Amino acid sequence: MSTEARKPPAQIALKIRRILGGKAGWNGVAVQFAFAAILGWIGYEIVSNARANLENQHIAAGFGFLRNNAGFDVNQTLISYTGSDTFLRVFVVGLLNTLVVSVVGIFFATAIGFIVALCRLSPNWLLSRVGEIYVEIIRNLPLLFQILFWYLAVLAALPNPRQSISLLGIAFISNRGLVIPRPIGESGFEPFLAMLVLGIVVSLGLRFYARRALFQRGQVIRIWPSVLALLFGLPLATMLVFGLPFTFELPQLKGFNFAGGSRIIPEFVALTVALSTYTAAFIAEIVRAGILSVHKGQMEAGSSLGLSRGATLRLIVVPQAMRVIVPPLTNQYLNLTKNSSLAVAIGYPDLVSVFAGTSLSQTGQAIEIIAMTMGVYLLISLVTSAVMSVYGWRVSRSLGA
Amino acid sequence: MTYIASSSFVRHDLVSERPAPVKTTGFIGWVRTRLFNSPTNILLTILGALLLWFTIVPSVKFLMVDAVWSGNDRTACLTENAGFAVGACWPYIQAKLPQLIYGFYPEAERWRVNLTFVLAAVLLVPMLVPRLPAKGLNAGLFFFAFPVVAFFLLHGGGIKGFGLSWTAGLLELFDDSIIGAGNVLLNLSKTSAIAPLLWVIGNLIMLVGTAIHWLVFPLIWLRDQIQGSGQSVWGDFAITTVVASLIAFILGGGLRTGWRALVSSIATFIAIAIVIKLMGLDHGGLPVVQTSLWGGLLVTLVVSVTGIVTSLPIGIALALGRRSTIPLIRIFSIAFIEFWRGVPLITVLFFATYMLPLFLPGNFTVDGLVRALIGIALFTGAYQAENVRGGLAAIPRGQGEAAAALGLSWWKTTSLIVLPQALRHVIPNLVNSFISLFKDTSLVSIVALFDLLGSLRASFSDPKWSTPSTAFTGFAFAGIIYFIFCFGMSRYSLFVEHRLNAHRRN
Repeated sequence: MSTEARKPPAQIALKIRRILGGKAGWNGVAVQFAFAAILGWIGYEIVSNARANLENQHIAAGFGFLRNNAGFDVNQTLISYTGSDTFLRVFVVGLLNTLVVSVVGIFFATAIGFIVALCRLSPNWLLSRVGEIYVEIIRNLPLLFQILFWYLAVLAALPNPRQSISLLGIAFISNRGLVIPRPIGESGFEPFLAMLVLGIVVSLGLRFYARRALFQRGQVIRIWPSVLALLFGLPLATMLVFGLPFTFELPQLKGFNFAGGSRIIPEFVALTVALSTYTAAFIAEIVRAGILSVHKGQMEAGSSLGLSRGATLRLIVVPQAMRVIVPPLTNQYLNLTKNSSLAVAIGYPDLVSVFAGTSLSQTGQAIEIIAMTMGVYLLISLVTSAVMSVYGWRVSRSLGA
Repeated sequence: MTYIASSSFVRHDLVSERPAPVKTTGFIGWVRTRLFNSPTNILLTILGALLLWFTIVPSVKFLMVDAVWSGNDRTACLTENAGFAVGACWPYIQAKLPQLIYGFYPEAERWRVNLTFVLAAVLLVPMLVPRLPAKGLNAGLFFFAFPVVAFFLLHGGGIKGFGLSWTAGLLELFDDSIIGAGNVLLNLSKTSAIAPLLWVIGNLIMLVGTAIHWLVFPLIWLRDQIQGSGQSVWGDFAITTVVASLIAFILGGGLRTGWRALVSSIATFIAIAIVIKLMGLDHGGLPVVQTSLWGGLLVTLVVSVTGIVTSLPIGIALALGRRSTIPLIRIFSIAFIEFWRGVPLITVLFFATYMLPLFLPGNFTVDGLVRALIGIALFTGAYQAENVRGGLAAIPRGQGEAAAALGLSWWKTTSLIVLPQALRHVIPNLVNSFISLFKDTSLVSIVALFDLLGSLRASFSDPKWSTPSTAFTGFAFAGIIYFIFCFGMSRYSLFVEHRLNAHRRN
């Protein structure tokens, strides 16, 4: 008579079943087979139909068209581009334009968003109402509506270049866009730039050293005078030695338009204004929610330790609020980048407009072009979400420690 | 004691409370504490007041004081003729109002659009008011019956058959594609290196196809008989009613408990019959109005309501798929959701407009509006999936485990226990994504559909009304419409959120 416990049944079969079919077991495996068959059938239909349709339209599939000449002009390019360049170059030009409008938009959206959030949190009744009205109005109107409003109503109502609005005689606003002085590099430019970079690097090093001294030895080092000297004094001194780093070419009114200076096209202005004000409304709500999420006791604890209000905010409230703010804020930055594709409605030459718009209608390579365009946005958003998950992991780790 | 009592200095009753100083109460106190309590705040108040003064006063002046209210063409809205700096040009909106609401929908048929709007309002309002009963019936009508009725009202046209012929047609298509795939594999097997394998698989598929062919053959024969008999719709309808009601009866529990299902099924079919008879669907229905003639607010509402109705089931299916433990289904759902959430809507619309026609058989053309609707449904479906997933995650595990302990299957657990609670939880989020869907419908104007914004933009180019203030007037009008819809929805979502969180308030 054995009293030994029975051995548990072999786990391998169960584990395999779990991996292959999930909790549903062999039923799950069957479901997967059916699902794969349906997917395969749909995929087969799509491929065969696409092949037949392309043959009918005499379009050669593949990315060979990227080496062909584009043959159309783009009215804002960051890199040199002419009509005789290839479609690949058009792709890069469009991508750069998208990135430029996104970065500028993100900068202004963040600035406006934080200001509006501070307004809404202000104890001043009138100011918080003004912030609330701004958020409600902007959030409840479609973005495309706002872009078209700025472009078709506001900017179109500006005077023509001959009656343009002058800002101190150096910048001019008209319905052809904003004309600003253009910096032209002189002989002193390179040393100037080198000194500027050096100043920034050394200042960062100083700050790092000062913080270490503070945290390890409790020694307070005042670094701002030397940082000021490094950031402004050093380049200024180079300027005295090597001469001016650059001069400005002022725009001049010649005939019906401006000559000289750099022109910011009205499409860019309309798109930036609409994108940044629209996203700012959402950012304001995020920031407000983040700051409200920090418990009131934190502020009180800070002042009971004898910290000033500014120091409490800077050292206690904001770092905790940032943890709540950063993930949705990144999401808004991503939204802004994706929304910049609405440029196609007003003809700003972004990726969608020049590549998925003009190039598509010229070549008819719908599948390749739309796949490339979608791929770019998908890549941007996947990279951002990967970075965000690393951030979330670090935050949760630092909280756990 | 007596000494104290007799003292004339001691009061016997309390001094009545003095009123608070005027400085701290009422309007003045409020102004002092909320607006002028410190130098910074005084400055900020002045700043805010200036800001309001320079935005609200000019807007009111533009919209009301300086506006022109009547006229026949642009001359009424010119400063020379009006005698003052003209603000909004309202006669322009009056002249363009039909275009902004109906597009180019034929004037004689506009009652159909109005009727659809009224139907939608009648179904929607009782659904939104929590106190009214019969939410299930109401939701069923709005999400299933209304889209079909609205289609036949707005688009027109009739039906040739009913459930039986549709099922037969679908099965026939399915069978044809299976036999087609088998044929392709057999052809490949003549040249390929793995010929025997392909030959075996091809023959197997052919065998399945032939078997299905013989299975569906009676159905197809019956359909052809009915089609030949003159009363195609009603004959088909009668057979579908009998079959569907029988299935409902048996699934409902047969003789024991199936009576309720039988009655409701018959009632549904009677209602469908009444609708078919009323709209004359059995002999042609209403005259067809092509979607290229639709426009204005009509398209905006059609796109957003279709988006709402179609994205919810897609979202629920994807959310359940993402939480499933079956590997392939989970991976597919994750990839699908992340893909659509990672790309901008405008590229989705480009995809639907330019790429989708390439994926369909050459003889099969899809209407421009339908293409945009497919794109929007997939895009919004992915976002709804994430909303629904949030709700599913909020349901405690114990709910599912309790259902399992009672012996409910996965389907019953999900549809009776988990989903109803999860969906209730996320109503505010769903409404919020409907707001962004409503705003995003304006993007269809980029792919050559004339929604409210597209019609507005088209109306700017009319030389009859081109004045300096036309654009501002048009944007003011469209902006008010968009704002009313979006603001209304956001207030409703706040209201629901408040109601759902009633137990957390104290």
